[in-house]
Amino acid sequence: MESTSLEQLLAEYEFFGALGPADLALIAGCGRNEHFDAGGFLFRQGQQADRFYLVRAGRVALEIEAPGRGSLVIDTVETGGIVGISWIFPPYRWQFDARASEPVRAVGFDAACLRQKADDDPRLGYELMKSFAGVMAQRMQSARVRLLDLYSDVRTG
Amino acid sequence: MFAPAEALAPMVPRPFRVAARWPETRGVVTLALEPVDGPPLGFAPGQFTMLYAFGVGEVPISISGRQDGQVLQTIREVGAVTRALCAAEPGEVLGARGPFGSDWALHAAQGRDVVVVAGGLGVAPLRPAIRGLVADRERYGRISVLVGARSPDDLLFLDELRALADDPGLHVATTVDHAEPAWEGPVGVVPELIPDAPFDPSTAIALVCGPEVMMRFTAEALLDRGVPAERILVSMERNMKCAIGHCGHCQFGPEFICRDGPIFPYERIRRLIAVREV
Repeated sequence: MESTSLEQLLAEYEFFGALGPADLALIAGCGRNEHFDAGGFLFRQGQQADRFYLVRAGRVALEIEAPGRGSLVIDTVETGGIVGISWIFPPYRWQFDARASEPVRAVGFDAACLRQKADDDPRLGYELMKSFAGVMAQRMQSARVRLLDLYSDVRTG
Repeated sequence: MFAPAEALAPMVPRPFRVAARWPETRGVVTLALEPVDGPPLGFAPGQFTMLYAFGVGEVPISISGRQDGQVLQTIREVGAVTRALCAAEPGEVLGARGPFGSDWALHAAQGRDVVVVAGGLGVAPLRPAIRGLVADRERYGRISVLVGARSPDDLLFLDELRALADDPGLHVATTVDHAEPAWEGPVGVVPELIPDAPFDPSTAIALVCGPEVMMRFTAEALLDRGVPAERILVSMERNMKCAIGHCGHCQFGPEFICRDGPIFPYERIRRLIAVREV
């Protein structure tokens, strides 16, 4: 019952929009609804990357601890966004902390379960990889633009 | 052969007294200017003046508002002239020419949803437009104000933005490039705020001001959302010197930014904006 309702729920999100009902059912079988209080961590830097999350409501901050500067928020993920990419690639370790900056409702997915299903069905794996490639491209673009430090003023006068 | 006096007038600075000065963010100051004599300076939202620190030099500065008949100009310290302007104390006299340039054409936005997108100091020339939109909001559709800055400490006019954000009739979102955990808003680039802004792209008009690269990404995000290029207005800033299209320093393809702009429909400049030789 849980996976059926989860499957319908996933179909509402753009991230899973290219997937058909059979694929959504397979993916939903690896997911479950989760809740995080404001300030709670979805995961911590250095831990094993064994899940990823679809944010259903709230905002998640991706943070990095900078010696002497404390924590810095380097990105945020809002409703409909995906938190967690490191589960796809060895060594499956989180690169950042993910903290709920407000109460968060999310669907958490078991990474080992999904990796196994993607290995068993390369077409499903390819569809999933395309969706994650879109997320990675968007984050890389955002990071590159911010590297430009656009708001600094290079004019003189 | 001497030019007649009226032809020289746009080149002759009018004296303005600094009535008040206050810091905004690190390196950014607002001056309230009143004319030493004559009528107050009239302007349309989006226009600029050439502000003259006597003995130092002259630079184009956006008009960021009006207050008690005084004109507000918000200045970032980036060189010798702006350093002198930012340091001007109340009572000092500066020169001002103008106002110059095209405006945000708020009349064309009537009856439409309006999306205002500002990055960094770009919120300064947009503030008179935002104030005008909010004051006459019944003339417009839904109003969205999207603001980006380097960090929370670099957000200009923060109190005013907070007041706008508390207004249930407006959609206001701010984002920063990076922040400390106490920041509760989004972190990312300002074009990422566009997908969630409530507007009808088939009729909406967008007003965009900020660093040129930010405006390019913002315009492309607006195009992706379905806003046509002719209804995306961007405020360009190039090397403006004379402000009346004579010196050619701000030539941008067939346009002079000071005379034909600074505000252009994106459609008119899209072809040139990414050309590095222009």
